[in-house]
Order: sequence, then structure tokens, then C-alpha cells
Amino acid sequence: MPSGFGERRVRGIFVRYAPLLIIALVWEAVTRLGLVSGTLLPPFSTVLLSFVTLLRDGTLVPNALASLMRGAAGLALAIAGGSALGAGMALSPRVDTAVGPLVQAFYPLPKTALVPLVMVWFGLGDMAKIVLIFLGCLLPVILGTYNGLRGVDRVLAWSARSLGASRREVVREVLFPAAMPQILTGLRTATAFAFLLMVASELIIANNGLGYLIGSLGDNGAYPAMFASILTVTALGFLADRGFAAISRRLLRWRA
Amino acid sequence: MNGSKLKRLHRAALRSVSFLVLLALWEIASRFDLIRPFLLPPLASVLARLASDLVSGAFALNAGLTLYRTLAGFALASLVGIPLGILISRHRLVGWFVEPIVSVGFPMPTIAFLPIFMLWFGVFDLSKIVMTAFSAVFTVIAAADGGTRGVERPLVWSAESLGARHGDVFLEVMLPAAMPQILTGLQVALPLALIVEVASEMLMGGAGLGGMMVQAASYADSAGVYAGIVETAAVGAVAVALMARLRRRVLRWHPEAAR
Repeated sequence: MPSGFGERRVRGIFVRYAPLLIIALVWEAVTRLGLVSGTLLPPFSTVLLSFVTLLRDGTLVPNALASLMRGAAGLALAIAGGSALGAGMALSPRVDTAVGPLVQAFYPLPKTALVPLVMVWFGLGDMAKIVLIFLGCLLPVILGTYNGLRGVDRVLAWSARSLGASRREVVREVLFPAAMPQILTGLRTATAFAFLLMVASELIIANNGLGYLIGSLGDNGAYPAMFASILTVTALGFLADRGFAAISRRLLRWRA
Repeated sequence: MNGSKLKRLHRAALRSVSFLVLLALWEIASRFDLIRPFLLPPLASVLARLASDLVSGAFALNAGLTLYRTLAGFALASLVGIPLGILISRHRLVGWFVEPIVSVGFPMPTIAFLPIFMLWFGVFDLSKIVMTAFSAVFTVIAAADGGTRGVERPLVWSAESLGARHGDVFLEVMLPAAMPQILTGLQVALPLALIVEVASEMLMGGAGLGGMMVQAASYADSAGVYAGIVETAAVGAVAVALMARLRRRVLRWHPEAAR
């Protein structure tokens, strides 16, 4: 079963993503045929070559690592803080009264507006970006956890209690597993936000990272390399999302 | 005053406590020089800045420009995204072609494309509008696709068995049934467009709330930065409220409106 199954899977993935290949071919064709100016859109093959050059001359990997480190740190802090706050709000009316209004007021603020504030507070380095990503990812995590826990059927908790489970056990064994799909949806949104805020803050001000690389290559008119870096950050965002989907499926396997 | 009104008032008072505590802490911190005014300017100076921005018309100009470009991009994204999302749910070939693009576009940090749009569309409004449209469109497509796909078949069958024509089934049954989910997608996409619009303004400078805030930060004008955050939040709140209103209006026939 394994080999045949693997082959079918590879073919499935190929058929699914074939349109991206078609787009790459059309891109190559319109630039080679001179339908689109080469300065506005460098040919796909040129962009690929630039990608290889960026990879080999040691520009791409350190910048990508710097970005991913910031994104991961901010996201991890947001997941820890956001799930704790969301759970607190869902389980305790007192916490809800204290924190709920602040969360509501913070909700409509476009989080990129905080870029100048974190600059003033934390300067131009890693710390400012990590705090920005943390603040931006906090809300989706809080909302996912809060709505997930609030949406759990009360009867489930009551029956666990009547069977002798302690309050702590009910939270851990009943409420959290039942709320998991919504918590994971919140985390998925947060992951996308982390990438967006990471690139935005690095584009606006930074001295390394993928956003910085894209901006400085663009300023120098190195367009093929700029396109290569943009495709890199797009691919990283896509891979993170797919990886996240795979983990979610695994975590939710028990739900049948 | 009756009991339920009193209860509501009590609740509102309780809910405003954390705001008051926060504002009091702010005032104490700056009054007793616990935090440098560069990091946390006195509350009064931020309020004064807000007032002068309101009176001088700076707020109206910057907020108006930001809101205009956000809504223009958002409208473009809806005009393209809703029909495309419906199309990919109903035609297999179109779906096969567009779906992988959406699954790449959905989680991607769209702001990374801003240098490309600046290269293609210049450094004025057009590139910002295309940028916001691009940042919102994938969410809209996904919602329209999911919405029309999720319409219950029996609903369509019964309309057909009652003799409705193909076009009528679509307009009178499918589209209304998909509307709640499409609107949810729009409600997610609009704040996304605003986030990206503000970032684009910060990158490209010029008028608009983002450009104004970056300028304030580079002049070490902290009161301007704080006022800018409040002003941007106000624009965000207006955008969120507009969408909620639109939803209630469009879904007046829907059971959720009665809640």
C-alpha cells in the first residue's frame, strides 16, 4: 500500500498545483515575447536565477532566519498570552468584565498603526518587531479561545461534573478539546497576521530580514532579486499555513 | 428608572472601570515623571493634539484619504472577488485553476507586493488602492466560494421542482443562501484592507494617517504618534460599524436579524 499510495498522492498534489506552473510558464512567455517590458516584469527564469544567486551568496538565508525568528517569537508569546486571556475571559465573569472592554476597544485598530509606537518604545531592532507581532496576533488567539470555550455545549460540562470530575478536569478534559477547532482557526489567522506584520514592519524600518531585503533591493533597482525575495516570503507563508493545517488535522483526528 | 435599566447602567459602569484605571495610571505615570514623556506623553497633550487635529481639518483630510483609498480598494476586491468566488464554486475548470492561487494568496503577507505595485502603478493613489484590493481579494473569493458551495442542495432542488428557471434559482435561492457567509468574508476583508493601507502609507509617505504617523515618529513627536493611533482606531471603528450596518441591511430577511 505505501508506494502506490505515495505515488497517487504526489500525482494529486501535482494536478492540484499545476495552475501555478501554468502561470509561471505564461509569465516566462509574455516576457520573452516582449509583450511586457522586462523592467516591469523580469522573466521568471531570470527571477529563479536571482533566487539561486541570493541563496549562494549568503543573503537570503540569514535574512529569512532573522524574519522567521521574529515571527515565531511574537507568535509564540501571543499564543501563550492570548489563550490564557481568552480562557480567563470565557471561564470567569470577573476577568471578562475587566479585560473584555479593553479587547473590544482594541479590536478595530489596524495593528500596523502600532509600528511608530513600538519604534518609539523599543527602537529599530528585534524587540520592536516581536512586540508588534505579539500585539497583532493577540486578538485572533483571544477571540478563538473565548468563542470556542463559550460555544461548548453546557450539557457536556454538566455531565462530566456529575460523573465526579473536578472543575480543573472539566476544563482540561472537556472544555478545551471541544473548543479546539475554533482555537485552531484563531491560531491560523494569527499565523497569517504574524507574517503580514513581520514583513510590513521590516519594510518600514529595519536593517535585516526579508522585508528589509525586498525594500532595499527595490530601492537599488535590483528587480529580479526583489521578485525572488517576494516569492520566497510568499512561499514561506504558504508553507507555514500548510504545516499548520497538517498539525490541526492531527490534533483533531479524534473527532472523526 | 426601572430595574433592567438600572442593571444595564451598573454593567456599563463596571465595564468602564478598566478604562478609567488605565487612564488614571497614564496620568499618574506622566505627572510623577515615572516614564519619560518621549515614551508616554501626558494624556492632556495627546487630547490637545486630537482637538487641534479636529479643528484644523488635519484629521478630516488624513482620515478621509485613508478611508477613501481603503474603501476604493475594498470595493474593487468585492467586485472581482464575489463573482470569481461564485464562478469557481460552480465551474470545475475555473475552480481547478483559481483554487491553488487562492490557497497561496490567502496566508501570504500581501504587503510584500507593494514594491511591485509601486513599480507598475506609480507612487500615488492607484498603487495604494491596488495594494489594498490585492490584500482583501483572496478572503473575499474564499468566502464567496465557500458560501455558494455550502448552500443546501434540497433548497435548490425544491426550487427547481417548483419550476424555477436556472437563472432564477441562482438569483433567488443560491445567492441569498450564500449571502451570510459572503458578508462574513467582507467583514474580515475590510479590516485587512485597512491594515495594509496604513502600512502602505507608512512606506510611501504623503498625506493619510499612516504617513502622518511616520512623520510624527521621525520628528520624535510622541503626542502625534499617540494621537495618530487614536485617529486610526476611530477610522477602524467606523469601517467595522459600516460593515455591520450593511450586513443587517442586506440580511433583513434572515433569521439572524431577529436576534
